[in-house]
Amino acid sequence: MDPHTISVLYARNFQFMFYGFAAAWVIVALYIISLARRGARLKKELEDVRRLIASEGDEPQLRI
Amino acid sequence: MREKLVTWLAIIAGLFLAFNLYRIFLVLPDDAMQGPIYRIIYFHVPAAITGFVGYFVALALSVLYLSSGNFKYDSLAASVTEVALIFSCVNIVLGSIWARIIWGIWWTWDARLTSVLISILIYSGYLMLRRAIDEPTQRARLSAALSIFGCLDVVIIWKSIEWFRTQHPAPVLSIRTGGGNIDPAMEHMIYYNLLAFLLLGTALVLVRSRQEGISREIDSLRRMANAVERHIA
Repeated sequence: MDPHTISVLYARNFQFMFYGFAAAWVIVALYIISLARRGARLKKELEDVRRLIASEGDEPQLRI
Repeated sequence: MREKLVTWLAIIAGLFLAFNLYRIFLVLPDDAMQGPIYRIIYFHVPAAITGFVGYFVALALSVLYLSSGNFKYDSLAASVTEVALIFSCVNIVLGSIWARIIWGIWWTWDARLTSVLISILIYSGYLMLRRAIDEPTQRARLSAALSIFGCLDVVIIWKSIEWFRTQHPAPVLSIRTGGGNIDPAMEHMIYYNLLAFLLLGTALVLVRSRQEGISREIDSLRRMANAVERHIA
């Protein structure tokens, strides 16, 4: 194999290694972002439900 | 307390990963046959093992739920399964990219790859099942049964490269072969990264299980509000 072909194959090999590591971090990052968003949504939902119960009932500190 | 634990676990996992990445890219040499692409092994194998560990922990928690009826085990099993599924996705995507260079194909329907895909489908089904069922006891029971069933496929994944002739390479780790198939320095790096992934996975499970707790609290409050409404009416 001539040196040019070897260098092209090496560059492609390196490029795909980069894609692999990038894909791994992207998957983990997307999951962490989705966790953060879900956490914020749940906290808001919990506050809403508590507020609703407090406004309907006599016990504003109603907790489970 | 939990937030502090999550923060510390994430910091330790992050530092560990940074140190491992430094060694992977700047200290360890290229593989003589595969070139730089072989470095994917340092994420591919630890991600697979982290997924397997998660599925077996979820199996244990599901059995505990079925024997005790305690919903905490069910919530924890769901959290562990979700995180394990993420690591399985990392594993299969990296494997596919690696295969493109080494085998010349993105995918083949061999026993190892197919069984991994089936496990991803089973555990995705597990998460969808949990969203589809509102009644907590029924949801927890069916989820636990599916988690136990799913672990059968994990055993098939683990043994597939011994039972069948596959495109996927035979075992290389010394814990399975007795040694000689991989350079010890490379193998040690796989274990270091496995430790980092397990720490990261534990931190994610703690965050996710806290969210499951909040969901349970919301459900309880809603049921209580409905009961009070019916009582008033």
